[in-house]
Amino acid sequence: MDLILEGIKKAFWLLITLDPEVMEITFLSLQISGTATLISLLIGVSTGTLIALSMFPGKKIVASLVNTGMGLPPVVVGLFVTIFLWRNGPLGFLGILYTPTAMILAQAVIATPIVMGITLAAIQHLPQKLRLQILALGATRFQMVWILVKEAKLPLLAGVMAGFGGVISEVGASIMVGGNIKGYSRVLTTATVMETSRGNFDIAIALGIILLVLAFSINFIITQIQQRERPR
Amino acid sequence: MKKWSYIGLFCLFSILPSLSFPVSAQQKNIILATTTSTQDSGLLDVLIPSFAKKTGYFVKTIAVGSGQSMAMGQRGEADVLLVHSPDAEKKIVAEGYGINRRIVMHNDYIIAGPKEDRAKIKGIKLASEAFKKLALANALFLSRGDNSGTHAKEKSIWKTTGVNPEEGKWYQQTGLGMGQTLNVAAEKKGYTLADRGTYLALKKNFGLDILVEGDAILLNIYHVIEVNPAKWPKVNSAGAKAFADFVVSKETQDLIKTFGVDKFGSPLFFPDAGKKEEELGR
Repeated sequence: MDLILEGIKKAFWLLITLDPEVMEITFLSLQISGTATLISLLIGVSTGTLIALSMFPGKKIVASLVNTGMGLPPVVVGLFVTIFLWRNGPLGFLGILYTPTAMILAQAVIATPIVMGITLAAIQHLPQKLRLQILALGATRFQMVWILVKEAKLPLLAGVMAGFGGVISEVGASIMVGGNIKGYSRVLTTATVMETSRGNFDIAIALGIILLVLAFSINFIITQIQQRERPR
Repeated sequence: MKKWSYIGLFCLFSILPSLSFPVSAQQKNIILATTTSTQDSGLLDVLIPSFAKKTGYFVKTIAVGSGQSMAMGQRGEADVLLVHSPDAEKKIVAEGYGINRRIVMHNDYIIAGPKEDRAKIKGIKLASEAFKKLALANALFLSRGDNSGTHAKEKSIWKTTGVNPEEGKWYQQTGLGMGQTLNVAAEKKGYTLADRGTYLALKKNFGLDILVEGDAILLNIYHVIEVNPAKWPKVNSAGAKAFADFVVSKETQDLIKTFGVDKFGSPLFFPDAGKKEEELGR
């Protein structure tokens, strides 16, 4: 119990004094996971909508694959991304292993199926007749899709939160492809693992608390937007 | 509220892509694969900045066990290795994957265990005797089990005892780094083999005592090995050589000699550059 109090004290101290290293780690976490979420949004929402709105043989199989991907284990993603990015691997010419870019890539791979799966469910959940109605009112196909996406905003924002929450808290892939390099690819989760193995439990707890506060703040902002749209 | 939340979100996402990560030219990067003990003890936090300042190289330290470090070297995925698993090291040098293997420093392993010392091994001179006694007493032993240098050393000690510990329920493998394994041992009141550096660095957290020390077999020697660019052309051999030269330089050896003295009252590592392996521990 003392240890937890000590950790909370340490967290406040690190935050109040704006400890440069902790600030850097926090900012990098936000930057990497934010960018990865952004990428997963672009790919996930567009592809998810496309799958939801089109009819093709094997659609159920594709949907099942996407839904399975929502539970992709981060360490497995980390392992494969590492092997692909190795100098002597298929994508070795990029030279991005052990960089923040590689971490964004791995996290985007983790978050994309989450966003895509939720988009798929959200768009399919809209009433079938809505599409016909929008088209009957003279909208172009693109306008129709845009209106549908706007209609599904609530669950889509939930998708954003799920995707972001999934990657900011993820450690397996980040430590494998990023390498936990000081001042370069060390993020909140990987730093927590390292401080734990160094026996600096107070700092580890402090980093954990900062991570929770960060995740809460982001979700609070997104929830504000989401709940404003609550149907009355 | 609505307006502010939009603005907040907009600011957050719009700054993200515009930020550029520190990019360093490819040839100025080197990948150092090393053991957890050099990172967990904090030694690298002292050495790497000094090296970077001196040479301008950006070092990507990947702290894994010695086994994985050498596997990375063997695949050409690291440029330089700082490891402590002599038999495996000799093997990768003999196979031509590693070159210029040079001695850097040593410390020693200790057998740590709970204060109560149920198996009564405290003060035993020979590590193999102590291990035998642990096996006889069925005392809980925590093994790293991760092919690290420490794990390799532990296995070689078991070999001298003729006991196959993996048959016993009292023998458990954590699969974790040294620091975490020590924590598990402390928590479960078990025995473990640890390097003195990590033990001292973490000592404040747990009630494990040093029970056996000083046997010649417990010597823990670190070498630096450059990955052979003839095998893997993408290896940054100039950077690897610069780092290897740096760790055996007089200045760095002095840093190693004093590292940890202020914090732990005794050094964690003893510099050995230029010495022969056989001369140590006499």
